[in-house]
Amino acid sequence: MQTTEVLTIQDLSKSYGGVHALSSVSLGIESGEVHAVIGENGAGKSTLVKIVSGVVRRDNGTILMDGGEIQFNSPREALERGISIIHQELSMLPDMNVIENIYTGRMHTRWGVIDWKALAEKTRQALKVVEMDIDPWARVGDLSISERQMVEIAKAVDRKCRILIMDEPNSSLSEHETEVLFRIINKLKRDGIAIVYISHKLEEVLLISDRITALRDGKYVGTVAAKESKIDDLVRMMVGRELVRDDVKRSYTREPVLQVSALTGIRFRDASFELYKGEILGFSGLVGAGRSELARAIFGADRFEAGEIRLNGDVVRFSSPWEAIQSGVAMLQEDRKKLSLFMDLSIRANMAIAQMPNLANHGMIRQQELNKTIQGFVDSLRIKLNTLDHPVSSLSGGNQQKTIIGRWLATHPQVLILDEPTHGVDIGAKAEIYQMIRKLADGGMSIILISSELPEIITMSDRVVVMREGEITTILEHQDIDEETIMTWAAGGKVRKEEIEV
Amino acid sequence: MNTESFLKRITGKTRAREAGVLVALIGMLIFMGFASPFFFTSQNIFNVLRNTTTIGIIAIGVTMVIISGGIDLSVGSVMAVSAMVMARLFYHGFGTLPGMLMGLAFGAFIGVFNAVMVTKVKLPPFIATLGTLSIGRGLTVLFATGIRGAVASNITVTEPLVLFLGGGYLGPVPFPVIIMALLYAFFGWFLRNTVLGRQVFAVGSNEEAARLSGVNIDRVKLFTYTATGMLAALAGILQTGLLSTAVTNAGQALELDVIAAVVIGGASLAGGIGSVWGALIGASIMAVLRNSFVLLRLPGFAQTISIGVVIILAVALDARKNTNS
Repeated sequence: MQTTEVLTIQDLSKSYGGVHALSSVSLGIESGEVHAVIGENGAGKSTLVKIVSGVVRRDNGTILMDGGEIQFNSPREALERGISIIHQELSMLPDMNVIENIYTGRMHTRWGVIDWKALAEKTRQALKVVEMDIDPWARVGDLSISERQMVEIAKAVDRKCRILIMDEPNSSLSEHETEVLFRIINKLKRDGIAIVYISHKLEEVLLISDRITALRDGKYVGTVAAKESKIDDLVRMMVGRELVRDDVKRSYTREPVLQVSALTGIRFRDASFELYKGEILGFSGLVGAGRSELARAIFGADRFEAGEIRLNGDVVRFSSPWEAIQSGVAMLQEDRKKLSLFMDLSIRANMAIAQMPNLANHGMIRQQELNKTIQGFVDSLRIKLNTLDHPVSSLSGGNQQKTIIGRWLATHPQVLILDEPTHGVDIGAKAEIYQMIRKLADGGMSIILISSELPEIITMSDRVVVMREGEITTILEHQDIDEETIMTWAAGGKVRKEEIEV
Repeated sequence: MNTESFLKRITGKTRAREAGVLVALIGMLIFMGFASPFFFTSQNIFNVLRNTTTIGIIAIGVTMVIISGGIDLSVGSVMAVSAMVMARLFYHGFGTLPGMLMGLAFGAFIGVFNAVMVTKVKLPPFIATLGTLSIGRGLTVLFATGIRGAVASNITVTEPLVLFLGGGYLGPVPFPVIIMALLYAFFGWFLRNTVLGRQVFAVGSNEEAARLSGVNIDRVKLFTYTATGMLAALAGILQTGLLSTAVTNAGQALELDVIAAVVIGGASLAGGIGSVWGALIGASIMAVLRNSFVLLRLPGFAQTISIGVVIILAVALDARKNTNS
């Protein structure tokens, strides 16, 4: 097959407030190839996609299309040049029909009146490309995820796209639906469309792509031919760096505080693990592996369908976070703005909220005691503030996070679940949070640390639970923890748990 | 004069927005003092204060509902139907206290109903309370006239205690004003110093974060809507005492005036922000405006227009200040 480069990326860089999301990445995409881009969370995959599709502007570097330089100021310009993108979270209009979704902004009109008949016919033609027998008049919200995805592909093809970027396209597809997707991708490929396939499912990447490029920490690592590669090679490219691990082997007794057995919920299955007194138990896995969902179910924020949780030997089932808090289980949520902070309220109110009922007589707050408690945590967590009465929105990200940590420490938990505790905080605050976590564990608190940052998991954890697609694939003992092992279990290079447990 | 520190002293909290409307209220008072010699007579001042009580009392509850992220459109109807329940029971020979308590209980019942519709049936508060607004008004007519419409549409009330509570004086001060003052003192304290009071703010500021922090969301909403129902019933009973009649069209369109007072007082319809003191200032501004137009012999339509202008100005200035900061 004759190939030519349709898209050439040279020395592309982008930083967000001093953080290099992408530095000097070069990459060539040929027409008629499936080019996979892989990397850990935060490796720069999505930044690359955003720049190419015109969502964000690059800082440096050039992008050539058919040899000519391009600079997009909006996604619309990228679309007009033939670059289409299918997002992981499909961006569709659920309450409108298939026709409207495919032809938004390009409605065929006669005398200013929409020509529905012609459009319906065109929609049927477009859907033929993706071999889908969908009624053009169907409401998109009523379609399955894979059907919606096909509608998106049909839309891209109908726009005469030449480069189709697919961001985690099979993250929520069944095996059969993935097969259909792959068949369509191969068909598009034969028509000369270049496909950029972003994924971290390595098995499928090997199956579908021609070439694979790995990014790590915003840098280009290398490009390999899929035919000549194995999963282990890809893992090595994704991880690469040798991390010096400060190998403090913390000592703690193996006295289980929390025992979770065969817990099954919507996004996780058959999860079993034990958390010991004074232990820091890391939870690693790719985004969407079900770690937060499992933790939320334990905390009583979500329901679970089957399984059992024991706290200090007694079976517990929290029907609300309130019950969990009263039993000594606390959970720091991952999305600070959405799930933790009360932006309009004072720092005091933000810190006091969870413990307030326990600092009151008959519902009346013991203000002095509450202030003393809060001031204590402000001091010990070294939260920098002028006065507790200022709104929490006046604090920096790191201090906001410390405020929320203070909220949970005030409840005197024996089990503290931390979901991405250092997300979006500066390096200084990060170090302080690490120090604090260690100190709490040394004091006997049991800690579950969910993190997408491998270095964080590796430096902090006594043991590591690795999850993949809702299942716990392995639990690594302290001496077995290293990046490649975790990544292999997380991305699915090794046989699954049930196959080794015989 | 430093209104911010004055406010801080009486409310324990600095709130620039309340300071702003308080300045506006004081400005209006000064202007009226010059414009009309009758304005600052004690009779007129107490008259204005009495006219503040209906909106003022109900605004306490609606402020709490709005802070918690909801809205209550049913207050005008609740006011009418609760008073009518009381009057009807008197008509059938109920004692004064049992009748009044049943009136309050009926208001509380509609509040509970609103809360259940919002928390369990998951209706948007606007829809739930729009429904009870209509139901309440219909029930008022039913209780007044009976199913066949035999009895007169208004019921006269002669119970001395009710007449005193609504129309009586303590010295020169109309009794409803004293009741209102006590309610503001209590709820101002309540919102700051009780767990439930603080949770009202948390729920309105970020409902999911509140749930994940152990707040029982349903309980908070049950409280705000039920308290609002009872306060509306109380306002209805006081007005009945003043008029010595329970009337079917009492409180018609009152919900809009109450919401206006709350919003002028600085509450955010998005939830999380607001105070009862702000609502009191808002209610006072509206009462002073009404009074001014009467004293200055300006036509009624001008008064209606000016209230609309005040609502838009107050909120627009606030929005501008927010984007500037």
